[in-house]
Amino acid sequence: MALNAKIPAGPLKDKWQNYLAKTRIVNPANRKKLDVIVVGGGLSGGGAAASLAELGYNVKVFFFQDSARRSHSVAAQGGVNAAKNYKNDGDNIYRMFYDTIKGGDFRSREANVYRMAEVSVDLIDHMVAQGVPFGREYGGYLSNRSFGGVLVSRTFYARGQTGQQLLLATYQAMMKQVKVGKLKQYNRHEILDIVLVNGKARGIIARNLDTGEISRHAAHAVVFGTGGFGKIFYLSTLAMNSNGSANWRAHKKGAYFANPSWTQIHPTALPQSGEHQSKLTLMSESLRNDGRIWVPKNKDEQRSPGDIPDEDRDYYLERRYPAFGNLVPRDVASRAAKERMDAGYGVGSLKNAVYLDFKTAIERLGEDTIKERYGNLFTMYEKITAINAYKEPMKISPAAHFSMGGLWVDYELQTSIPGLFAVGEANFADHGANRLGANSLLQASVDGNFILPNTISNYLADDIRTGSISTDTPEFDDAEKAVKDQVEKLLAIKGTMPVDQIHRRLGKIMFKEVAMSRNEKGMIWAIEEIRKLRKEFWENAAISGDEKGPNSELEKAGRLADYLEIAELMTVDALNRKESCGAHFREDYQTEDGEAMRDDKNYMYSSAWEWENGKEWKEHKEPLEFTEVTPTVRSYK
Amino acid sequence: MKLTLKIWRQDNAKTKGKLVSYDLSDLSSDMSFLEMLDVLNEQLAVKGERVVEFDHDCREGICGQCSLVINGQAHGPEGHYTTCQTHLRSFKDGETLYVEPFRANAFPVIRDLKVDRTSMDRIIQSGGYISSFTGMAPEANSTPIHHDIAESAFDSAACIGCGACVATCKNSSAALFVSAKVGHLAKLPQGQVERMERVIAMVTTHDDEGFGSCTHTGACAMVCPQEVQLLDIARMNFEYNRAVCLVKD
Repeated sequence: MALNAKIPAGPLKDKWQNYLAKTRIVNPANRKKLDVIVVGGGLSGGGAAASLAELGYNVKVFFFQDSARRSHSVAAQGGVNAAKNYKNDGDNIYRMFYDTIKGGDFRSREANVYRMAEVSVDLIDHMVAQGVPFGREYGGYLSNRSFGGVLVSRTFYARGQTGQQLLLATYQAMMKQVKVGKLKQYNRHEILDIVLVNGKARGIIARNLDTGEISRHAAHAVVFGTGGFGKIFYLSTLAMNSNGSANWRAHKKGAYFANPSWTQIHPTALPQSGEHQSKLTLMSESLRNDGRIWVPKNKDEQRSPGDIPDEDRDYYLERRYPAFGNLVPRDVASRAAKERMDAGYGVGSLKNAVYLDFKTAIERLGEDTIKERYGNLFTMYEKITAINAYKEPMKISPAAHFSMGGLWVDYELQTSIPGLFAVGEANFADHGANRLGANSLLQASVDGNFILPNTISNYLADDIRTGSISTDTPEFDDAEKAVKDQVEKLLAIKGTMPVDQIHRRLGKIMFKEVAMSRNEKGMIWAIEEIRKLRKEFWENAAISGDEKGPNSELEKAGRLADYLEIAELMTVDALNRKESCGAHFREDYQTEDGEAMRDDKNYMYSSAWEWENGKEWKEHKEPLEFTEVTPTVRSYK
Repeated sequence: MKLTLKIWRQDNAKTKGKLVSYDLSDLSSDMSFLEMLDVLNEQLAVKGERVVEFDHDCREGICGQCSLVINGQAHGPEGHYTTCQTHLRSFKDGETLYVEPFRANAFPVIRDLKVDRTSMDRIIQSGGYISSFTGMAPEANSTPIHHDIAESAFDSAACIGCGACVATCKNSSAALFVSAKVGHLAKLPQGQVERMERVIAMVTTHDDEGFGSCTHTGACAMVCPQEVQLLDIARMNFEYNRAVCLVKD
């Protein structure tokens, strides 16, 4: 199938309005004849579920948590961007669009990015109306802070819990629709496959994680708000149960996977302290507004950080990138930290961290101001490390965080499977090869609330006479059987290697060769290792218990089985792209001073991989055309 | 370090449960409590035994999915921590720890340490929202909100819905949880229109779900990971009485 991104005609700034003016919509009386399944109850899925239910569609939403309020959007800390220009600092939709395009190293789809910036304005209005207690100035108006990769203050925030507050607003909107009967929620349910009828997505197979029951659900369209797959690295900022399985199962049924290797490695997470560790807690990027990052100038520095005078400190971001300083984009900050640590300047007992220091800011603003801005982050830091960061600098380190890649979607957010849509982190397009801070909450929310509800109608308009979709068909029989067979196969392994151990080993391979810095030799090695590990998993994974009732080992094993395949595609994609762009840094393609070297002549495209023959992939290319910007060498110096 | 764990094992809500003892050694004080359970489960899985089921997800104290009563205290000994933020440095080498689920009539046990907290979802469904549909909102800065009021609303809104307040309350009351949402929305101008119906509906649903009444012992506020204030319960009572006087009759 040839890729058709369906970008509307007309000047960039008019595309979305032109689309809205002409797209087909569904009469309110017909909406109640149409069923939509949403997978994922976070900001994107939950926003879509609530908004579609408000429009009058019959919506079922599935998520694995016990409540949608726990979806991983909850963990986003720093903020959400919008081009409100409340600060009068020269912000506007075009500037936000340009910052995002440049931040993504000219590897995103121009029309999508412009739309995201355009709709950002409505999102803040929407969330305030829902009761989100954003930070405010003393005059009562909304406050803003700045984030990496931009020169204006356009980030709205609710202390360091912005994601939680946006998610709760979305969750509450969902609960309202549950109460009025337009939305049915299936908590503690995991999606194990999608069902295609005549080439269209018409349903899913779900497993109830409490009872083990496998059930069929049909609908006219399916929406995935299934998030990212950064947990593939085992150690990551993601929740323990975040996974790539729904996306992967859809991929194996025909959905193209775009730019799978572009993973954001976040520069400010807590460093690993030992082998047992399960999670790398994120410290919000907003901390870089007031915190200064440094390492000692002396490799063998023995003094405690407070005793090291300024002249013996290397504020390496301020040194290398004077224009943006500590607020360079995440990929740049992570690589710079890795460079210092690899050169032997890392701090902490494992030499795997750098300092994030608030001393200057506390002297300038006082401890109370810092407490109001970041209090909960300092508390969180102390709970985990037992260190008071008002008194000594935080130790931070890069960690796997966000999947810029995901299911390929067109302008309408429809995947290459008709009737299957993807919103939020689950899709690709908006962030290019590197996501700017506070654009994640934004993209998830606008996809779910403002974009998908206006594009899905063009698809559903063909289904107003279809009638309800039956689950009693050979397609559902086959999909259910395949799912049951896989569960049986996993339980029959009865090996001796714990699932988490295999996952940790996969994570190590991926973090070493397919993360911040990549080279051909390493990735060829990685593919071999991934294949060996996959074989070992299917021969020797220790999965106890049975399929009746809760079995967390079985859940983890199913997800890991998919990760062991996703890992290979990520590596294939990274190996195939012989250039450096954004988070994709190829050691074999860099400038003399260690900056990324893009190759616009050969790689100005998004890769979209098709699963072929059950073991290989075919690459499709979506060329990226820039009409309003000229791709330049991305410089933050 | 070494620890002895007495863990509550129960197949499902209909069967009886019991404490089962496990000895763990070679633990590090830097481990989180849940990472210790990971270690135990790896050992059980290798032996082919059914693992200990427990709830967890973000492991950074914000999703509210982890629970557990450790040595009689919801979320462990530290107070204002979640279980996932509790580390083994809070315990002594060689100690015996009793690990139980959050217990309440409104939280039936699913298996072992997992409980069903959908009763809290149903409280929110009854009124814990502002009925503003997507697309209805006015310009955000058209309604200024005093800095201190926004901050106070945030203090209440910060509730993570974990249910520790219920687990620790001798009456299994969810008053702190309900009051956090009532307080959050009642403090904001956007929440005024539905203010009275909201508090009546949420309090009624709270009682119907089998949560107990609040007798102001304040135990809930001692464990709340987000330090939601006991004062919110007083505010809720004020809101409720005000609503009953003005609306109900």
